[in-house]
Amino acid sequence: MGIIKTAHLIYDYITRDDDTGQETASRAIDDVELDIQAGDFIAILGHNGSGKSTLAKHMNALLLPTDGTVWVKNMDTRDDRAVWDIRQTAGMVFQNPDNQIIGSIVEEDVGFGPENIGVPTGEIWERVNESLKAVGMTEYRTHSPNKLSGGQKQRVAIAGVMAMRPECIVLDEPTAMLDPNGRREVLKTVRQLNKDAGVTVILITHYMDEVIHADKVFVMDDGKIVMQGTPREIFSQVETLKTLRLDVPQVTELAYELKKNGLDLPDGILTIDEFVNAMVKLRREDAGRQEGEATHVN
Amino acid sequence: MIRDITIGQYYPAPSVLHRLDPRVKLVGTIVFIIMIFCINNIAGYVIATAALAAVIAISRVPVKFMLKGLKAIFFILIFTAVLNLFLTPGTPVVEWHFIRITKEGILMALKMAVRLTYLIMGSSVMTLTTTPNHLTDGMEKGLSPLKKIHVPVHDISMIMSIALRFIPILMEETDKIMKAQQARCADFESGNIFQRARSLVPVLVPLFISSFRRANDLAMAMEARCYHGGEGRTKMKPLKYYRRDYISYGCILLYIVVLILLNIFFPPVQQLLFAALGL
Amino acid sequence: MSIRLENVNYIYSPDSAFRKQALKDINLEIKDGEFIGLIGHTGSGKSTLIQHLNGLMKATSGHIYYNDQDIYDDKFNLRGLRALVGLVFQYPEHQLFEVTVFKDVCFGPKNLGLSQKECEARAGEALRLVGLKEKHWQKSPFELSGGQKRRVAIAGVLAMKPEVLILDEPTAGLDPKGRNDILDQVAKLHREEKLTVILVSHSMEDVARYVDRLIVMNRGSVFAQGAPQEVFKRYVELERIGLAAPQVTYVMHRLEAEGFAVNKDATTVEAARDEILATFGRSPVPGKLKTTQNAQEGVKQS
Repeated sequence: MGIIKTAHLIYDYITRDDDTGQETASRAIDDVELDIQAGDFIAILGHNGSGKSTLAKHMNALLLPTDGTVWVKNMDTRDDRAVWDIRQTAGMVFQNPDNQIIGSIVEEDVGFGPENIGVPTGEIWERVNESLKAVGMTEYRTHSPNKLSGGQKQRVAIAGVMAMRPECIVLDEPTAMLDPNGRREVLKTVRQLNKDAGVTVILITHYMDEVIHADKVFVMDDGKIVMQGTPREIFSQVETLKTLRLDVPQVTELAYELKKNGLDLPDGILTIDEFVNAMVKLRREDAGRQEGEATHVN
Repeated sequence: MIRDITIGQYYPAPSVLHRLDPRVKLVGTIVFIIMIFCINNIAGYVIATAALAAVIAISRVPVKFMLKGLKAIFFILIFTAVLNLFLTPGTPVVEWHFIRITKEGILMALKMAVRLTYLIMGSSVMTLTTTPNHLTDGMEKGLSPLKKIHVPVHDISMIMSIALRFIPILMEETDKIMKAQQARCADFESGNIFQRARSLVPVLVPLFISSFRRANDLAMAMEARCYHGGEGRTKMKPLKYYRRDYISYGCILLYIVVLILLNIFFPPVQQLLFAALGL
Repeated sequence: MSIRLENVNYIYSPDSAFRKQALKDINLEIKDGEFIGLIGHTGSGKSTLIQHLNGLMKATSGHIYYNDQDIYDDKFNLRGLRALVGLVFQYPEHQLFEVTVFKDVCFGPKNLGLSQKECEARAGEALRLVGLKEKHWQKSPFELSGGQKRRVAIAGVLAMKPEVLILDEPTAGLDPKGRNDILDQVAKLHREEKLTVILVSHSMEDVARYVDRLIVMNRGSVFAQGAPQEVFKRYVELERIGLAAPQVTYVMHRLEAEGFAVNKDATTVEAARDEILATFGRSPVPGKLKTTQNAQEGVKQS
């Protein structure tokens, strides 16, 4: 069993009509089965309102299932006694950088989590130093968060989670409010944590270029997981992604368009390098045939 | 204009004052403010001025920054000074039609202006050299005896520190919303007071909504980081008195004693001096 | 209609330690009917610049002419300018405040002192222009989805019947389909309503697909301007100031370096596709890309 596992997970939002007092349930998560292996880099894609954020909030017991079960490192999230252990195991980073920083000084914010779980003072400092270093924010430790850029604020938020020494971090659209440079910064940090510290990463996003390095991609729509596989497998299905309100990186789209027009390119090209190599190979194969055709046309 | 308010803003600098225990700074500020209103002689003001100047020098916060805080209360300052100037009864110095300025009025206006200025600067020194978290930590620890009578000291201090952290953010947000409504030709400047109050509805409604959204987000983020009240919580920066804190307490005590002695013994001397000068 | 800026400077808190020159000697002209992309990394002065164009911020020095009239002239109606140059801020849905969508859109026209009837007519027209279905008009803005709220906010500016529409990152936070929908709607406004549009964006792919001319800002100055193909040719310089070119531009440069006989100026997927197919002696199968529902770039290129 993986670090996070769900079985028949269902979650209903209850909305109450003020006038009639009638309650209506809308299904945000519909029978989701997940099994995430420790150390993996997982991406969850989906358009706005597809249920991906609701799913994320189940992974550290911020929301509890209406039906079905979520286990975090074998702990059932509905078990009241396990809640703090669960939240330490699976840390969470949110979308809005301003609304998740509690401290008025970078280092005090990073120390907030360890303070809550009763870590002794000396060790808090150790953890804060270590986490700030891991996200490359040590030189800003005495700054006010208000003076930082969006990308830097998100790195502080990540450090705040790392200070709890989690085995897994869930990032709920951490780059949605950032500019391209901020996005790159955050992504680099997250990938590094996954590679160097071996932290399991669950990245929720709708930026397609952020998921090409993931080990596995899940695509959500209408509360269900509708696609899953490696990035290459997912990005091979350009048309399906578009019907799910998603997109593909330009290079993937270009390869797909060329293929549609008869060029024999492989499916699911993800990077410029792959594309250029495929094109060079294609030219070699095509050269002879094209010559023949050219004389014919002339 | 909103950006000019420096109260609640921290100015990082490597000074002893920054490292001082917040409880000392709280006590010091309260003592300074109380004493400002108790002084009844010139020598007292000289001492208070010297003390304030010394503290500002030690804090290494640029004086310019301190004075910025005064800009926000400039009008209140002028207003009280003018009121005192014209409305204090006593020996007239200037009399012209209905305008009557008395000697007592001039003294009172000066006194009030100095008191208000010192009050703002004194508290600015504290907030500029103490992080809001540190400050609330100080209050929490200082008030901890009240826990015995079920005062939620920890919760109060947490609420305060969050409020302090979000003041600049909400001010920026207000600025943004006002600009967005102005781009839709909203007018906040003309009309009588009721029309103006009404014209703020398009700013206040979005501001409230965004505050609630922020509060909701923040509560979620705090819970995700295992926040569950003050119980079992440790401190990254626990409050501990060092030698410098005891020395500071000593200075504060000395300050009180000197000012009280001056209050008791100097006024007669002052009056003697004035009498000698024929004033 | 045209907007002309002459030697515009803007300095924040000029007399304090926090003095910061946000705009430096800006000289620009925005002509009637242009579709302009304004790019630059965060803090390059884009936001300050657009707030000058509708008179929300006043230049420390220099002149701005709207239709050859100096907007800082005492006789010029500066508040009227805000109706003519509509500015949609980032996350504009955060400014919605009325009980219904329809009333909120009426706010702008009402501030212009128009009659109730005229306000309602304009609100209806504006909501239709942004493609919001009539069944949503009497709802509370807060019942709508993120993309719909944003349309309402844009309608709130359109209801003032501006001649110029400035949008500060109108796609921030939306999913890919939502992004395309909004941009297509803006392109349609430009095409059909003949609005002059200034689009502030962080997405090089988006500006390359939609705009006629790019203005690049860096440290408060205009760094470069011109057609997207021309500007993105200088991608090395753009990278130095924290920007980049669309991914396809890099692809084309790499292909050329590998000896493919392609014109490396392509900045859109379509252009790149056609270029590459041509080198293989094939012409593209007629038909438009699925990326955008309205596929207006197909029209633009033909």
